[in-house]
Amino acid sequence: MTEEQRLEEFQRKIDSGEKIEPKDWMPESYRKNLIRMISQHAHSEIVGMLPEGNWITRAPSLRRKLILLAKIQDEAGHGLYLYSAAETLGASREELLENLHTGKAKYSSIFNYPTLTWADIGAIGWLVDGAAMVNQVSLIKTSYGPYSRAMVRICKEEAFHNRQGYEIIAELCNGTPEQKQMAQDALDRWWWPAIQMFGPEDTKSTHFEESMKWKIKAESNESLRQKFINMTVPQAEARGLKIPDPNLVFYPETKTYTYGEVDWNEFFNVIQGNGPMNKQRVRARKKAHDDGKWVREAATAYAKKKSKQSAA
Amino acid sequence: MINDTQWNLWEVFVQLKTGKPHEHVGSVHASDKEMALQNARDVYARRDKPVSIWVVPSDNIVATIPQDNEAFFDPADDKVYRHPLFYKIPKGVSVDIH
Repeated sequence: MTEEQRLEEFQRKIDSGEKIEPKDWMPESYRKNLIRMISQHAHSEIVGMLPEGNWITRAPSLRRKLILLAKIQDEAGHGLYLYSAAETLGASREELLENLHTGKAKYSSIFNYPTLTWADIGAIGWLVDGAAMVNQVSLIKTSYGPYSRAMVRICKEEAFHNRQGYEIIAELCNGTPEQKQMAQDALDRWWWPAIQMFGPEDTKSTHFEESMKWKIKAESNESLRQKFINMTVPQAEARGLKIPDPNLVFYPETKTYTYGEVDWNEFFNVIQGNGPMNKQRVRARKKAHDDGKWVREAATAYAKKKSKQSAA
Repeated sequence: MINDTQWNLWEVFVQLKTGKPHEHVGSVHASDKEMALQNARDVYARRDKPVSIWVVPSDNIVATIPQDNEAFFDPADDKVYRHPLFYKIPKGVSVDIH
């Protein structure tokens, strides 16, 4: 088969809804694009543990502490499902981690904001995991089999993250005026970064066209963002919270909200490393990695010794 | 001096219920088989309690190559006499087992 015929066959499979599996022929830019996207997704899960980890020892009750621990453990698991999917494309785990630690690979900009109060833990579950869910449910339709299967697994587990977050917020809203203010303050700080999670409107780049043509992504950033806003605004209103966007208008005939302009300068600034917590996040990741080095070495030495003994 | 690695890759297969087959769910990294099983449990069995997990070093898996599928799986397609409807049974006789 010529390269051209292979590409045609590849496109035919994608158009007919067949999934692409690891050993199938694929264009090099499909592979590269997916490794970049899946590893970025994996890094986000792992770095996402840090802002929440900040509150484990200060959770207001044992129930909340258990929930938070389980949720953070899930995020680690989700990162591992995704690294595993990226590895089916020929990326190595060492290389993926190296790229995160050197700043070559990016992760979601949202995790560069600090978690200042307990209400922020509610806002993360409600808004950040809510936005992530909208994105991930759509990614179940991605053409790459292992990525799609990781999404199914993650979406099944993530529903609890979203609900526990909203429960925290709802509880604060039913509390004292100070507690309700705390919930409002968290919403004020997390709303716009959550909106930015979907990324800027897709430009007509080759990159974007390939993503859509090859069904790496199933929906545009803009349509996912709109879905999230339509879903989340009523949840805020139900608890008497105010979305910090004066331009939010509901159109009953389309059941859609229009919204104000997103500050993309802030978004790019944070992605480039200038958010409030970028340095701390990468430093904490690297420290955890470096501190674990002796464990990796000891386990390797132990495995070697044992296999020698069983061979003898 | 030991190189700092993330250990070897193991493929994980989980059986959720007795009577069901083991199904491939993904992979883990581990330094030996005990750790591979423990990591597989922590990553792939945090909720539904499975009845069994298999782990296999990834490089021990031998797989077909998709590009060869046509030739490799060809014999499956050309023997119509392997299918029950190839045979004519006289009218009025039933050979199906109910």
